[in-house]
This record gives sequence, C-alpha cells and structure tokens, in this order.
Amino acid sequence: MTNEIMIAGFGGQGVMAIGKTLAEAGMKEGKDVSWLPSYGPEMRGGTANCCVVISSEPIICPIVLEPTELIAMNLPSLLKFEPTVVKDGVIFVNSSIITEKVQRSDVQAIYVPCLEIAQELGNMKVANMVMLGAYIQAMGNLGTGTIKEMLANMFTGPKAKLVDLNIEALRRGAACVQSPKGV
Amino acid sequence: MEKELWKGNEAIAEAAIRAGCKYFFGYPITPQNEIPEYLSAHLPKVGGCFLQAESEVAAINMVYGAAGCGVRVMTSSSSPGISLKQEGITYMCGAELPAVIINMMRGGPGLGTIQPAQGDYFQATRGGGNGDYRHLVFAPATIQEAADYVQIAFDVADQYRNPVMVLADGMIGQMMEAIEWHPVEKRVLPEKTWATTGTKDQRKPNIINSLYIDPNLCADHNVHLAEKYKAMEENETRWEAVNTEGCQVLFVAYGTPSRIARAAIRLLEKEGIKAGLLRPITLWPFPGKALKEAAMQDSVKAVVDVELSMGQMIDDVKIALEGCRPVSFVGKAGGVVPTPAEVASAAKAAMGR
Repeated sequence: MTNEIMIAGFGGQGVMAIGKTLAEAGMKEGKDVSWLPSYGPEMRGGTANCCVVISSEPIICPIVLEPTELIAMNLPSLLKFEPTVVKDGVIFVNSSIITEKVQRSDVQAIYVPCLEIAQELGNMKVANMVMLGAYIQAMGNLGTGTIKEMLANMFTGPKAKLVDLNIEALRRGAACVQSPKGV
Repeated sequence: MEKELWKGNEAIAEAAIRAGCKYFFGYPITPQNEIPEYLSAHLPKVGGCFLQAESEVAAINMVYGAAGCGVRVMTSSSSPGISLKQEGITYMCGAELPAVIINMMRGGPGLGTIQPAQGDYFQATRGGGNGDYRHLVFAPATIQEAADYVQIAFDVADQYRNPVMVLADGMIGQMMEAIEWHPVEKRVLPEKTWATTGTKDQRKPNIINSLYIDPNLCADHNVHLAEKYKAMEENETRWEAVNTEGCQVLFVAYGTPSRIARAAIRLLEKEGIKAGLLRPITLWPFPGKALKEAAMQDSVKAVVDVELSMGQMIDDVKIALEGCRPVSFVGKAGGVVPTPAEVASAAKAAMGR
C-alpha cells in the first residue's frame, strides 16, 4: 500500500506542515516515508508544494508525478495538479477559497471549507489541521491516535491548550468526509 | 532503533557533530543553508566553533588552518561556492590535510539556478584545482546514506590525510526521510603527530606546506601522493548493484537519478524488460571494475547512463567499459529532473525498441 500525496497552495497556508505531519505520522506507524518540498526563489504568498510518500514498502523514488491524492489549498494548485492525479484518486479541495468544482469524474472529490471551520474554532492557524483531519478520515491510512500523540508532544507547557483546539480541528475536518474510501 | 524524520541538510550537519567535527567555516548559498544554520545553533553546544566567513575562499582557508591544527573540520557550499574553494582543496591535498567538504549541487554553469543538478561531477572527480591530486567523493542517494557517509568521510579523511568530498544534488539536501542514528563503521586511526599544535619544547616544529623549492622533492611528494591515491582506489571504492544479474538494461546513476532509474526499472519490468542498476557510491574512486563485470553479461543489450547533467559521469562509464559496450545517455541539466517514464523510454530506445 503506497500513498503518493501532492499538497499544494500559497506560501503560509501550512502546506509544508501538512506534509511533514503526514510523513511523521506515517513513520511513527512503522511505514517508510519521504517528504520532498518544491523549492525556488519563493516569496510570501507565492506557490508552494510538497510531495509526501507513505508506503508499507521501501520507497524507491520520492518524486511524485502522478499523485494518488491531491490536497489543493488554492485554485492554481487545483488547476495545475488535477490532471496529474491517478484514476480513482482523491482530490481534497479547500472550498473556502476554491469555488470551482473538480472537473474529472474518474476521481473522488472532497470539499473542505477549511477557513470557515477554523474561523468557527476561533483560530485561523488551524485551517491546515482541518484539511489534515479530512485526509485521515477519507483515506484511513493513518490512525488519529498517532496524530493526537504527536500534537501532545508538539504543544507543551503554555502551548498545551492548543492540543484540544487542534484535535477539534481534525474532528471537524473529518466530519466533512461523507464516505471514507473503501467504505 | 527508533526512526527519526530528518531533512538531508540537517542530517548532514548532525552527522558531522556525531563524527566529532568541532569546527565549521562556510558562506551561505542555496540549497545547503540548513547545514550552516544547524551548525551555528548546535556546534557551540559541543564546545565547537561555527564561523560564517566573509567568502568561500576565506572559509576553505580557515578549514586548511583548522585541519592543520589536527581538529575535525568541515565546510559546505553549493556549486558556484565550491568553485571558489578549489584553490584551497588542491592546497589541502598538497599539504595532506584531512577535512570534509560538502557540495549540495545546484544547476550551473556560473550562478545557474538553485534547483538540483549534478553538473559538478567533473569538478569533483577530476579536481577544479591545479596539480596531480585526488580526493574521495561520496555520493549518497538517501538521507540515511548522507548521515552515514558524512560520518565515514571524517574517518577516511583522517586515515589518508586527505580531504574528502560528499557530493549530492540539492534534492538530497531539501528532502526529509526517516533515518536511524545507528553506529557507523569506525576505523583505527593514526595519531596526528604532524599537526601544528605547538612544540612545547619537546620536538621540532611541524611544518604544513604544499610548496617545494627542490623539484626532486616535489617529484617524490607526487609519487607518495600517487601511492596514497592508489590505496584509496584499492580499499575505498563502493557501489550498489540492484537487480543487475541477468539484466537486459543496465542503468548507471548516482544520487537522486539512481532513484529515478529504480522507478524506471519497475516501469520496464511491467513491459517484460529486466533492467538493473549499478550505482556508484564513490564517484572517485569510480567502481569501474564492478560496472564492467555487470555490463559484460551476455544478457545486457543496453547500458544507459542517467544524470542531472548533460553527460559527465558517462566518460567514466565509457572508460570502464573500454569500448566493449555502447553507452547511451539520458539526463537533464540546469535544475530540471527527468521522469521515470523518460528514463524508461530512453532505455527502450537504446535497446532498439
């Protein structure tokens, strides 16, 4: 079982952080993982993307050209990467800022209003965690327990109160998924 | 042992500290900046010194000075910055000074681009500096290998009293993979009795120099160095053979392209073509003997060299094969990476399909 994930959006949307969290969670569950960022003379608000591979086998090549899943945090990312997704793949759309729908009918589209949910939770910084929650719920390839444990290790001391907020963000993201893959 | 997620550049920096490197001199350049960034934060904690020099030229000469004092020292840069260090590298080979030099390659020539490339193969294996000198070049293909070979590089440098280069494309520096900090092979190393650490009135002064006034002495020195380089060729050549036995296509690739080639092997397998990979882990010494053995199998219909350059290692492949097999090339330079499909179709073309 191999997930080849393309995560793309504006710089500052937490695109790299979603990827790192996925890679770390995969590693903690004993899978082989890789995280490969696009890099260039980037600027704030410019485009950013990273490829994450999570596999039960040793990873041969970390470069993702035909993702099994695409997480599109903005419209340019959806337009650029939608054609590259494999047949029967899954596209996660940040529907707060992408009003367009996925054009392809041979992939599953999941719409997640990341910003609205983050706003309801009172912290715009958790928008990417909302998306992560949707991903984990839909794919079922990573345990939510692993991520919760990671959050508990990440936010300690005065930041410990952020653990519950992030867990709530994951839960709200998961609730956006009507039919998990394989169910 | 528990796996940890490490970015290539940071793993290289941490590996240096674990190998006992106490001194780092460098000058910033993308895509290797996480190396000095990490060492600036962590070297002082182990009683070491991080110094950002005024230029790459200054940095490599500081490395020369520190190495002369017998300490473990490293510098890192990327392609154009490594060009500036060439004078220091030949002086260190001439003066027999051990150090580790990291080149996280970007596109060239000139300032080029900051994306991954392998256009510095000639510079690394032939030497961009003057004179008859050689130094070992390790080419890691994974973050685990980067962490391991940086540590091994310090031992190899000390054993032979010679600088060692770790050469990787920028992708290795920027990418994260799960690695283990397992113990690496350790060598029994001679004491650095040659180091300029002060005589304390107990011995004659040690002199570290690459200048010989008498040509006969310089000739002798060259013979001595050549013997050392021969020993490196005999003892330090490393490679990995993947799926080479009975293969129809033999890829030759190092670093990230070796991983693209391995993805191409899978694509070819689906079409019923058996492909293998000979991956040099040391670029100098080049594993020519192992390559020739793999390439001379009756099953081999095509030898395909894959690089992130316009074709540099291919010269060593051709030298190794001594004209016994035709060699095809597929590659891209300037920061663009070929796809597994492109590599696979180049292989099929080379087979006449």
